[in-house]
Order: sequence, then C-alpha cells, then structure tokens
Amino acid sequence: MKLAPRTLALVAVLVLFAVVPPLVAAFGQPFYLDLFRRIMIFAIAAVSLNLILAYAVGVLAHHGLTSGLVQWALAIGASALVAAAIGAISIRTSGIYFIMITLAFSQMLYYLGVSIEEYGGDDGMRVKTLSQFPAGLDLADPVTFYYLVFALLVLVLWFTNRLVRSRFGMVIRAAKSNEARSRALGFSPYPYRLVAFTIAGAMCGLAGALLVNHTAYLTPEFMNWTRSGELLFMVILGGAGTGAGPVFGAAGLLLLEDLLQGWSLLPQGMRAYWQFWLGLVLVLVVLFARRGLAGLLRGSADE
Amino acid sequence: MIGLVLEQALNGLQLGVTLFLMAAGLTLVFGIMNFVNLAHGSLYMVGAYLWVAIAKLTGSYLAGVALALAGTLVVGMAVERVALRTLYERDHLDQVLATFGLILVFNELVAMLWGRSALYASLPAWLGGHVEIGALRYPVYRLAIIAVGLAVAALLWWVVVRTRLGMLIRAGASNRTMVAALGVNIQRLYTLVFGFGAALAGLAGIMAGPIYSVQPGMGELVLIQVFVVIVIGGIGSIRGALVGAVIVGMVDTLGRAFLKPALATVWSPVVADTAGPALASMLIYVLMAAVLALRPEGLFPARA
Repeated sequence: MKLAPRTLALVAVLVLFAVVPPLVAAFGQPFYLDLFRRIMIFAIAAVSLNLILAYAVGVLAHHGLTSGLVQWALAIGASALVAAAIGAISIRTSGIYFIMITLAFSQMLYYLGVSIEEYGGDDGMRVKTLSQFPAGLDLADPVTFYYLVFALLVLVLWFTNRLVRSRFGMVIRAAKSNEARSRALGFSPYPYRLVAFTIAGAMCGLAGALLVNHTAYLTPEFMNWTRSGELLFMVILGGAGTGAGPVFGAAGLLLLEDLLQGWSLLPQGMRAYWQFWLGLVLVLVVLFARRGLAGLLRGSADE
Repeated sequence: MIGLVLEQALNGLQLGVTLFLMAAGLTLVFGIMNFVNLAHGSLYMVGAYLWVAIAKLTGSYLAGVALALAGTLVVGMAVERVALRTLYERDHLDQVLATFGLILVFNELVAMLWGRSALYASLPAWLGGHVEIGALRYPVYRLAIIAVGLAVAALLWWVVVRTRLGMLIRAGASNRTMVAALGVNIQRLYTLVFGFGAALAGLAGIMAGPIYSVQPGMGELVLIQVFVVIVIGGIGSIRGALVGAVIVGMVDTLGRAFLKPALATVWSPVVADTAGPALASMLIYVLMAAVLALRPEGLFPARA
C-alpha cells in the first residue's frame, strides 16, 4: 500500500514525539519534555474533542484512591456516563443547537466544580499523590510518563482509525453526509451517534486523567467552555474530519502559544498580550486555510 | 418575606431584560444570516467599556450612553464587513471558530487599552436613589433597566412587524435569494442587522456596567446564559427570546436566593449549605435540559 503524504506527515510527527526525550536529555532542556507531553495530552483530547471530566481523577485521588488502574478506569467510566447523559439530550438536536447545548452543559459542570468547596472551589487544589501503577511505571519520572502518554496517543489514534473504518463508522459517516437516505436504508442515526459521543467522552476522560497527573493540580478551569473552544480550535487548525488533523492542530496551537508567550525576540508588549495574536491567527486560519494544516497535505481519502 | 420575594422577582426581571437585549440581537443575526456569533458577548463588553471611558472623559452619563451605543454599532458593522461577511455560507463550526478567535482579540484589545483590572463608574444622582414600594426600598437604577428593556422589546416588535425595514428583515429570513432578486441590497441589510444586534448587546453591557464589574472576559459568562435563553425560547424567534430571557432571569435569581433556605426546611441545614449553591448555579441548565427533552425546538420555534 502506498502511503499518502498526510499519513507520512503523521508518522513523521509521531517519530519526532518518540525521539524528544533523548534529545531533550542531550541538550539539557527539560522544559521541552513538559511542552511535548502537554501537546500529546491535548492531542488525545482533541481527537475525541471534549475535556469534560479532567476532574474525576483528581477527585478520586483526593479520596485516597491512588491506584492508577482503578482510578483511571473509574475516570473513563464516569466520563463515558456523563457523556452518555449529555449526549442523550443534545444529540436529538443538530447543527447550531448542538454546539450551544454542549457548550452550555460544559459550563454547567464548570459551575458545579466551582461550587464544591471540598475540592477547592474555583481556586482548585493540588493533587498530592500522582496515580500509582504497578512496578516499572512511575509517573513521577518524566521520561516514563512521557512514553506512557505517547503510547496512549498512538493507541487512541489507532483505535479511532479502526472505528472510522468499521461498519459503525460507516453508519456515522453516512448519516452525516445524508441523514434522510441513511434513515431510508434502515439506520436510525441516534443510537450510533450516542455511542460515538460516549466513546469520545471516555477518551476525553483519559486525557483528563493524564492532564491532572501532568499538572498535579485540579481546577474547574479545565471545564470552562472556553477550554472546549480551544480544543475545537485544535481540531479545525489541524483539519476537521481527518485522523491526523487533531495531532497537528494540538502541536500547532500549543507551540504557537509557547512561542508567543516565551520567544525573547518578540517585544515585551507583544508577549504580554499573546492571546491577541492567537485570536488573530485563529480568525485568519478559518478565513483562509479552510481545511487546516492537514488540508495542505494530500490524504488517502482525497485520492 | 413578601418584600424579599418582590425584591428578588424584580432582580430576576432585571436580569431577564438584560439577557433579552443580548438574545434578541443574537437570534436576529442567526435567523436572518444563519450565522452564529460567539463574539456577541464581546460586543456586550465593548459597550460597557466605551460607556465607562466616555462617561469619565465627558463627565456626562447620558453622553457616555449615547456615544457608547453609537460606538458598538460602528464596531459591529466594521467587524461584519472586515471579517464575518465571507463566513455566512460556511459551516456553523467555522463561524464558531472564527468568532471564538474574535473573543480573544477583543479581550486582549480591551486589556491593552484599559488594563486587566475591573473598572467602576458611578451613576448620576438622579439614577442613584431608591424608591419605596410598600415596605421595600428598591434602587431606581434597576427599575430603569427594567423599563428600558421592556421599551426596547416593544420598539423591536414595532420595527420588525410594522416598518418597511422589518418587512425586509422578515423577508430576508424566509428567502434571501428572492429578496436579493427583487432588488434589495441584501449585503447592506445584513451589515445593518448585524450592527443593530451589536448595539443591542452594547446597550445590555452599558446597563450592566454599573451593577457588575467591567473587565475583560465579562462577556463570556453572559454569552452562555444567552445560549440557554435561545435554546429555551427557540432559535430565530424574538418572542421566544423575550419569554426565554424572563424565565431564565427569574429562575436563576430566585434559585440563588431561595433554593438554599428551601432545602434547609426539607433536609438539614448542612445539606442545604453544600448542595444549595451548586444546585442554584446549575438550575437554568437543568431547565434547558427539561425543555429540550419535551420540546427539542424550544418553546416558540421560529419556523414550523
């Protein structure tokens, strides 16, 4: 099978991710390990596009439940449950209604987080113990944690790729391109969409679990609706509807953020208002780069 | 107790009319141009900032209001011309993204010009007092907001239903190609409607300015509440926006005031202390979910 340019680019990015730790060690720049780990966590979240329950893990850790496997399984399960509940209501609607409702629900969870004093309210709280795994997997070791995130990212990419190509994925895509016709063929899109939404929620729960361990901090800000906006931006920046897009998008956005905030060549005034430039880039990307970064490269679907 | 209920009901009505001004502009723009504007909250913020800045500069409250209204109108029309016009035919997701970018741009612009800390401005003496309603002393300013909001609602109804401009707006909403074919400059109509919606959002911001703090990002929280209003009322419908706004304003305000004491009488005060505020802040979203479960199109769907 001949590989499409887009697939090659994805492979190249993944290889880059894989060699970051030795390079970082060689040049003595541990900061970049942090940056790339964050990029990969957000790539997982962007693949599934929602970061509702970054919260669950921290809450569990707070209750003394530090076994990683149990903790993460519960977080993913809880995320899937919440996604299923929100999905059951919001999937009945479509288009702009769907966007407004999901944003409103994420804001509702944000308020819930803000109002629970036990978990620090809107100040958030420190997570004292990182998730504990059986021998050999110590998240306190940056390189180990980095490769765990990397492995999970590859797993999630592989899984979504399989999902999109399966019969299940075909039904979803058919309903997207022509709902009336797919109904006429006997497929009600609702259960399929609900399951897809729930799977996305579960993957996001995974990203949330990683994020809480990454920052060792828990704050309702994870659930603020502007955070969902950022994830959406990553997807569009990378190119919506392509498997590789979210990875490019997450890398592009976070590198851009980092560049605007920290690049010493930029004048101080520009760095202090970096979000201004970020917003400007966002508007320009939507106006002029209609298919995102992945759109610049030909993918297998176009041929 | 009756005084307290009355006070909270008036507060709810006041929040309701503010939300209505925002929702009316958003729903009008959506109904006519099929365009989702997340940056609507930013126009609310722009209105509030312009008012504070101009009122301080001229020392006149009314001059601040008038110029800030004109200012948001101009800002709205300029943004429509420069950035948003080409997005009408695009996917809703693209519109959401571009206007999300505009939110960041507006927030930072405001921070560059006026700093990141909250601004406050005082009211003129004739708006600063209280009136006695029975045993209740209620601020004149909040009553004025209710009056202005209801007056604007009536004016809006009159413009949309009784004037030539309103006729064009309604015609554009139901079939824009036909309206353009009949020789109406639809581009100019769009710019006008967008500016009009921006000015309504600006008015909401101006009136909210003295009550809440004026700071970057103040539009985002309101925007989500306005979404809830529109989802409940039915998108594209001004009547729906009014009903939805009053319902949301009332439920939110009364919930925050009375849910905790109500829970305390049913369960223990400890339960009420922990669950009360959380429930109260989630109440409008629960309401939205309930409306959606029963009537997915909202209470007043614009087109049956």
